Amino acid sequence: MRTADLVTAAVLMLLGGVVIFDSLRLGIGWGTDGPRSGFFPFWLAVLMTATSALIFVQALRRPVTRVFVSRAALRPVLSVLGPATAMVVVMQVTGLYVASAIYVAFYMRWIGRHRWPATIAMAVGLSVVTFLVFEEWFLVPMPKGPLEAWLGY
Amino acid sequence: MGFENLILGFSVAVTPFNLFVAVLGILLGTIIGVLPGLGGANGVAILLPLTFTMPPTSAIILLTSIYWGALFGGAITSVLFNIPGEPWSVATTFDGYPLARQGQGAQALTAAFTSSFVGAFFSIVLITLFAPLLAEIALKFGPPEFFAIQLLTFSSFVGLGGGNPLKSLVTILLGFILATVGLDIVTGQLRLTFGVTDLMKGFDFIVAVIGLFGIGEILLSIEEGLSFRGAQARMNLRVVLDTWKVLPRYWRTFLRGSFIGFWMGFKPGGATPASFMSYAFAKRFSPRGDQFGKGELEGVVAPETAAHAAGVAAMLPMLTLGIPGSPTAAVMLGGLIIWGLQPGPMLFKENPEFVWGLIASMYTGNIIGVLMVLAFVPLFAAILRVPFAILTPLIVVVCAIGSYAVHNSMIDIWYMLLFGVIGYVFKKLDYPLAPLVLALVLGDLAENALRQSLIMSQGSLSIFFTRPIAGAITALALLFFLLPALSPWLRRGRRTPAASHPA
Repeated sequence: MRTADLVTAAVLMLLGGVVIFDSLRLGIGWGTDGPRSGFFPFWLAVLMTATSALIFVQALRRPVTRVFVSRAALRPVLSVLGPATAMVVVMQVTGLYVASAIYVAFYMRWIGRHRWPATIAMAVGLSVVTFLVFEEWFLVPMPKGPLEAWLGY
Repeated sequence: MGFENLILGFSVAVTPFNLFVAVLGILLGTIIGVLPGLGGANGVAILLPLTFTMPPTSAIILLTSIYWGALFGGAITSVLFNIPGEPWSVATTFDGYPLARQGQGAQALTAAFTSSFVGAFFSIVLITLFAPLLAEIALKFGPPEFFAIQLLTFSSFVGLGGGNPLKSLVTILLGFILATVGLDIVTGQLRLTFGVTDLMKGFDFIVAVIGLFGIGEILLSIEEGLSFRGAQARMNLRVVLDTWKVLPRYWRTFLRGSFIGFWMGFKPGGATPASFMSYAFAKRFSPRGDQFGKGELEGVVAPETAAHAAGVAAMLPMLTLGIPGSPTAAVMLGGLIIWGLQPGPMLFKENPEFVWGLIASMYTGNIIGVLMVLAFVPLFAAILRVPFAILTPLIVVVCAIGSYAVHNSMIDIWYMLLFGVIGYVFKKLDYPLAPLVLALVLGDLAENALRQSLIMSQGSLSIFFTRPIAGAITALALLFFLLPALSPWLRRGRRTPAASHPA
């Protein structure tokens, strides 16, 4: 827990540094028509860096109590995050509907151990329903791929 | 003077289409409130794109109805499954779940829904009375006053929000910094983009809400192991009526909860402390206070009344000042801007049919809502019996759709995942998420108010102190900011009385 706290505070400090750096480039003083672009982010970043430094010190002075996340608990978290990331990658090619069908099917079959008929029905059903709701009903376009093009959308 | 406006509002809200929209919104909202990982804020955010083609009044009725539904839905999971969907439902589980375990789930739910309704109704009446007055006052505000109010908004997270004040402060600053990314519309310069074109558009807070609250929450609940072993509730008219016969006995708790809720609620982050405070007061003043936590109906009434009064009161600053009191109100504010309305006091002058339609729809929405949830509890509770291997990917897909739809851009889905991880880490390390979202929404407004104020004063910060209204608000804000640093001394100064006041 403490390590995670320290790392987060350090990352925030680093981020603050980056913002300060860019603000200085933009100018933090008074321009021709009021404060320049860097003024607001500069002071925000200064405050943020200082505050995260205090959090860092606070965390240092606290004894280690519990782990941030145990190895056993990390597995299910990654089993959500991994496939979700993969879905977004696949989406670039196939569009949202196909990618989400594959994702739902993968998750139901390999994580949930559902049977194939239920899995396929759910995956295809979900995509068809979302397609109808968004493309037909509410006219909100989603990313589409070759399959939709082949179907004439 | 407000009365004919309210009539106008009802003539807008009570049309077949808008009533249908309200029913649809409450249905969707309740489902969202019951689902793990989805709640008021991200539910409203995900469904926001559906409103793009609607008239603004119907759109806001849909969004607010989703919100009411989500609030009711949170009570279902708290009572039947011991899972508080939102932080302000935590206190509801104290007595709600024990009641459900004793086979009195239906009574507990009836009490919860009824108290929600009473609390919400109380706040709506106060909004009806006070919103026009507050908007009238706010019309006289200049940039320094608006900046001072922003300060006050964020100071209350630090001073009154509970938790680690430093972490609250950092998330506020981080939100403001994220808001500055992209094109600076005043000078035309690119900020913090480092030559990356995708960063030019900046971060949309709706995507942040979906990521932080949606994906982050699902990661958390997966880690804790999704196991919904819920109690059953046999809901029928007899139980509802019998419970309603008992409830008037707790009129003091209702009244106290409503007042606490409204008072805490129009300040940001107030719903959670309001619910706990109301619970603590009820426990102390109830003759059966020692039975609290073992399954007392009054222990359900107290937090629910306050939480909903607070949830509704959060709409007051959004409507009158253009400053949202909660992440959900922030998303609605974002909606207003997308529909082409300018949030703030001018709204009452320029779009009275919108404002009053919205206020009237709060009445109709809550009446429809309480009847719908009472009637369909088993149906909604059944959602949590859907296997998690179906629910989880479903929620992720819905979140992705919502993120994409905001700007039709793929990069937003990546941001959603990124914010999801941030949300997960921050939640585990007790960094509050609501201030980050609010800062991200208000970033541009705050910066503009600050710039204009400084231009007025030619660069001197004294402008925030010398103008009477701005000065008073700034002073209060500074007090709140410093409260965490001062409170150890205050507490030491009066230790004896503090010990006898556990609330």
